[in-house]
Amino acid sequence: MPGKLKAKIVAGRHLPVMDRASDLTDAFVEVKFGNTTFKTDVFPKSLNPQWNSEWFKFEVDDEDLQDEPLQITVLDHDTYSANDAIGKVYIDIDPLLSSEAATVISGWFPIYDTIHGIRGEINVLVKVDLFNDLNRFRQSSCGVRFFCTTSIPLCYRAVVVHGFVEELVVNEDPEYQWIDRIRTPRASNEARQRLISLMSGELQRKIGLKVLEMGGNAVVGYLQCFDLEGESGLVVRAIGTACTLEKLSGGGATNNAQHTANSSPSKDMKEPVFGDECPSNPLSSGPSTPLRAPPFTSFSPSKSYSRQSSSSDTDISLTPKTGMGSGGSAGKEAGPLKILLRQQTQTALEQREFPFFTLTSFPQGFLLHVAGVVSARSVKLLDRIHNPDEPETRDAWWEELRQEIKSHARALGCHAVVGYSESTSICEEVCILSASGTAAVLNCRFLQDGCLDVLSEHSRGVVVFFCNRCDDSAPPGCGFCHVPYDELNMPFPAQLSPCCCCHRTKVPDVLFTTIDLPTDAQVTGKGCLIQARLCRLKKKSQGEGNATCISNLLPFLEYELHTQLLNKLKLCGMNALFGLCIQISVGENMLVGLASATGVYLSALPSPGGIQIAGKTPNDLTYDQHVSSIQRKINDTIVKNRELYEIHITEVAEDVIGSPIPEPRQRSRLFRSHSESSDELSELDLSHGKKDAFVLEIDDTDAVEDLHSLLTDAPTPPGFYSCNTEIMPGIYNWTSAIQMFTSVRVFRLNNANLTNLGLNKIFNELCENLLKSLYFKLRSMVPCCLCRLNFTVAVPEDELIQVAVTAVAMSFHKDQTQEANKAAQAHSQMKAIAETEEQLQFPLELNAESASPLSPKGSAPSVDYSSFADRCSSWIEQLRLRAHTIRRGSIKTSSSPLPEGRSRSLRSTRSFPGSSVSVVKMTPLSFIPGAKIVKYLGIINMFFIRETTSLREEGGVSGFLHAFIAEVFAMVRAHVAALGGNAVVSYSMKECVFMENPNKNQAQCLINVSGDAVIFTRESDQEGHLPQTSHPQPTEDTPP
Amino acid sequence: MSVELDVFVGNTTIMDQEVYQLWLSGYTVGDAVKVRMDGGVLDGCDASAEVLRSDTMDQFRTFQMCERLLHNPAKLANQLLFQIPPDRQAMLIDRYYAFDDAFVREVLGKKLSKGTKKDLDDVSSKTGILLKSCRRQFDNFKRVFKVVEELKGPLVENIRQHLLLSDRLARDYAAIVFFANHRFETGKKKLQYLTFQDFAFCAGELISHWTVGAMDNQLEDMDVDLDKEFLQDLKELKVLITDKDLLDQHKSLVCTALRSKTKVFAEMEASFKNLSRGLINIAAKLTNTKDVRDLFIDLVEKFIEPCRSDRWVTIDVNLYLTHYINSAHILDTFKHQAVWNSLWDELFKMLTDIQHVTVCFLVKMGMVASGASAAAEGTRATAASSEEPVPVHPTQFTTSISFSFRDMLNVGCRAWPHSG
Repeated sequence: MPGKLKAKIVAGRHLPVMDRASDLTDAFVEVKFGNTTFKTDVFPKSLNPQWNSEWFKFEVDDEDLQDEPLQITVLDHDTYSANDAIGKVYIDIDPLLSSEAATVISGWFPIYDTIHGIRGEINVLVKVDLFNDLNRFRQSSCGVRFFCTTSIPLCYRAVVVHGFVEELVVNEDPEYQWIDRIRTPRASNEARQRLISLMSGELQRKIGLKVLEMGGNAVVGYLQCFDLEGESGLVVRAIGTACTLEKLSGGGATNNAQHTANSSPSKDMKEPVFGDECPSNPLSSGPSTPLRAPPFTSFSPSKSYSRQSSSSDTDISLTPKTGMGSGGSAGKEAGPLKILLRQQTQTALEQREFPFFTLTSFPQGFLLHVAGVVSARSVKLLDRIHNPDEPETRDAWWEELRQEIKSHARALGCHAVVGYSESTSICEEVCILSASGTAAVLNCRFLQDGCLDVLSEHSRGVVVFFCNRCDDSAPPGCGFCHVPYDELNMPFPAQLSPCCCCHRTKVPDVLFTTIDLPTDAQVTGKGCLIQARLCRLKKKSQGEGNATCISNLLPFLEYELHTQLLNKLKLCGMNALFGLCIQISVGENMLVGLASATGVYLSALPSPGGIQIAGKTPNDLTYDQHVSSIQRKINDTIVKNRELYEIHITEVAEDVIGSPIPEPRQRSRLFRSHSESSDELSELDLSHGKKDAFVLEIDDTDAVEDLHSLLTDAPTPPGFYSCNTEIMPGIYNWTSAIQMFTSVRVFRLNNANLTNLGLNKIFNELCENLLKSLYFKLRSMVPCCLCRLNFTVAVPEDELIQVAVTAVAMSFHKDQTQEANKAAQAHSQMKAIAETEEQLQFPLELNAESASPLSPKGSAPSVDYSSFADRCSSWIEQLRLRAHTIRRGSIKTSSSPLPEGRSRSLRSTRSFPGSSVSVVKMTPLSFIPGAKIVKYLGIINMFFIRETTSLREEGGVSGFLHAFIAEVFAMVRAHVAALGGNAVVSYSMKECVFMENPNKNQAQCLINVSGDAVIFTRESDQEGHLPQTSHPQPTEDTPP
Repeated sequence: MSVELDVFVGNTTIMDQEVYQLWLSGYTVGDAVKVRMDGGVLDGCDASAEVLRSDTMDQFRTFQMCERLLHNPAKLANQLLFQIPPDRQAMLIDRYYAFDDAFVREVLGKKLSKGTKKDLDDVSSKTGILLKSCRRQFDNFKRVFKVVEELKGPLVENIRQHLLLSDRLARDYAAIVFFANHRFETGKKKLQYLTFQDFAFCAGELISHWTVGAMDNQLEDMDVDLDKEFLQDLKELKVLITDKDLLDQHKSLVCTALRSKTKVFAEMEASFKNLSRGLINIAAKLTNTKDVRDLFIDLVEKFIEPCRSDRWVTIDVNLYLTHYINSAHILDTFKHQAVWNSLWDELFKMLTDIQHVTVCFLVKMGMVASGASAAAEGTRATAASSEEPVPVHPTQFTTSISFSFRDMLNVGCRAWPHSG
């Protein structure tokens, strides 16, 4: 009985008129949690009822607290007939379960009905009294924090990055149950909403258990997705990166003290945490002596925990989670599992095999080398699942893919995959599963910390690698570009050349990655959004034939996309792609591929070659003219783009453009993974021919297509920049004006006899027009940059293509001097980081089994115990300061606190713009320009269904969806405000499934959104630069 | 090949004021796109008409969704659906409740009923304002009327608070409500030369001096209804014209005061009885609702037109009325009867207002500039109102002439040297 949930219904407002006669409503409220329901009194004849109810108390298991949402239903009392439902509010109480997140939920929530949309608002107060459960075999994982942000959250530092966690739950989709034939659409939608809410709660809990088992206290880069498989079920799956986070600053310390006080039952932990004054701080070796050997190998595993927390002697608090020590062998022999539960025991060990990280940006020095994109896809038939209600089959599918990814990474000489993500596309019974990431070598002197009992139990080795690579000391701005594989033993043909920055090691001619641009990367000029778009027709067919057909098309699709990307990249005069995301959507008669990435010019990589056009019939004069005119056009475009993106290269390869060596394009150069099976394929970082003679033959119809797509892309209008990554290189001085938006377009292809070429053209235009529309709409924000432009394509019906875009427009000051200043600042700080980098040793956790074969050449695997836990830090200044505390002799006073190139300073006041409704900012980025995030209140993960049977009356499909998206925004804002927050960061719309039936005047839409609710404070003064000064937290969450 | 669905939703609702105005004016999306194109919005943008159309559609849709909230502006401030900065909210409301003078002139004083709404297409074709816009404006009038109908306290203040309108709009709406409530006749040809603002000024005067709220310290009852008691009392003024002695006495007092101060003295003297009779009769009849409606037309017919035919200028009228009132005040009858004192004050109020109103009307008629040009025929007056330079705007009177007796005297004194 470890939790007491309390809810109080205060008032309602703007209720709809339910009684036509009186134009009023007799409203009352049902509050439901689990199987317990409470009711308020009826407040008669009012559209603004004041219930002011008592506190409704639910005594529940913490397991239920995690799984179940609080369900509030507003009804209209009717004496003679059944009470009419006005609408519902689901409140996820997960944020209240962590002591560091929100403490109370209080505010106005929109009352939502799946048929009518928002119908008034209700004011609710929710609190939770949590008693800690120390049962080793418990099923709950309260207190594990979840973050959608794919980097270490801003007011935390990572003590340990444990690694990949994944989970998947399956249930029957209520929409496909027999009962759906007799129940109302409303009941069906609500059943679905509730089920998904339950499933995501359960999923989160299970992932939390895994995290506790690994010894972590948080999941960063949490990515949860739904697969609406139709008949075969509803899948909710999630991946993330388990971490042990530690709150920065004094605010965290008080919090921590509170927390430990709360969790007093954990005596076994408490003593070592505060009792052990570890004399040998790992940093005592100081910055000047690069640490090569672990001096603490003698420590016994049981003490490792305390050592980690010894850092508190320098004001840095550790936030050990109550469950951490005891969360060990979770759930093996655990209590009764629900039907939809997956066996906990299944792959506890195997999961560790995946050295995957869902993070896209990393603490400085974490990322050593990046090899390129690895991806794997497979086509599956959903009607072949033997046991649709069980997750095993899907688990096996993903397992396969992950193995594939891992082997690709290995082939590239990398032992880890970063920026990892998974996605699906479903059409009828065919499902394409995709996984992609960036093969990388991490700064792998790492160690495991935390639950060592778990380690022994699973007989897992803790392995520390030492990468004594020659380029360890390479400048940080180019180090990650250096190829991790052996030049003589390359996994695929690639052009390597000496690094343009340090001239010591080899770099590839182009670099494709799925991660964000590392903050210390040396970039010339600015970046831009680069998209490759492709449609391929396919025959309509069923079952296996269909799957085969799709699998056969996929490699070509990917190849074409890749070629397009490469061409466009060259056309922009750039040499690297970040944030690459390739989506392939399957429809009944076509496959649509959309690859988005942000192109940049990495100073370390060689200058990209031009594009050479060659005709096949050299003697035809008019033809030659045609060719040369195209050539001229291309050359002009490259020159123009270089200017546009301010790419000024000192040693321009003059001979590059229009180089006279025509060399036929060779498809054989394409490297395909050897492990490619009939239904899977992979893509590695491909390297085309000689860099200075990239030839397109225009006799080739494909090439015509390529050319077409190359030259039709309109440049971004003046004043605009766009990227799909977090930050745009070259822009530092953001203003506080941000505008997040979602735009959806559905295109109907009326012409049944379309060719591939025609289809491509249409799709291309669709995307281009969408972008143009965005630029036009946001023209008042110029100069501005569209960041995190996230495109999702879908083929909802036979002849429909749906494109949804979510992004944020951020305006910036044009002031160049300031920019230069900041750049200089960032640069100097980069140097500082470079200095300290050597002292960094990054703990990571790997299975001995999976890790050792990956150990790069020259590394000397040795066993280490946990002594470097606190070194895994993104906060260099922290380390420096700590080091300085220890070595009192040599004090360094300079500390520049801009570890990520964003200006941040500390302020304590919270400011809400004056209005009766508090303003909530939303952004897909992990930060808010000009502001400091002082507190993460919890994850927002919401799923809504909206349906209408009066489509025309609601303004047609556009009116319907417009209203729905606005409602979703409103509900997200309301929940954040109720948690006491004033912004959502890392916001994303994961799912937007739209179905219509205009003949029946009906439409339905499902939207899934997620993000992190935060409190931010504006920095009005520049007092910052004192990372260690404790900035007091806002007293408590006083909801506005 | 067509765009089936196209939406754009921002966390902060994006609204273009220009597009909003087009929407308010009742343009269709197609027409609005044309107007925007012609307005050069695409200049300097690499965007096609298609983009513009998509943008316009989006915004029109947004406005449509907002419209429900604009019907109850207080709701707009605490709704959750759209995140709109407060200054934008104020803009939305003010623009939504703004109206065309040409339109309001057509419906001013009419009953805000379904019947009137049906005739809006006539109004639309007459004024050139699109029917959709006419409907919105009409519905706004009706809505404001409904909101304040049952409320107590000062009318303008009520409108401002409940509909969050700006001061100016609140005042205008108060006038509209007031006129609609009493259904003052404003549509007659003879009144056509008056603009809405003229009537709004009159309404302001009447609201502050003739209504129940004005009498009872503005707190207890509504501003909308005229004070019945006051109107009843006005009947007593008839003594000024029925009693032959009083009439003569009054005339001599006024004439004495006016002699040699005006060029039209002879005419004043000649028409005194007529004018006095006209004024008092209007006042005495106000207990009758029908006659209240005709207040303005009566004023024009019985007082203003005679004055104009005598080629009075504004100063003359002002002077005449000032002395007319002052003299009546010192008439023996009233002086010695305490009972009459309070009554007199009320009468005075009425006359003062009539003075203001008539002066205002006369100003509009172009009788200010010179006596000669003022001789223009009544038919031309309408045109004159807009063409003639109007040196003194009616609202300026409110500053120069206040409404208490004593002040009036002072003003009269101050005016003395100049008018000579």
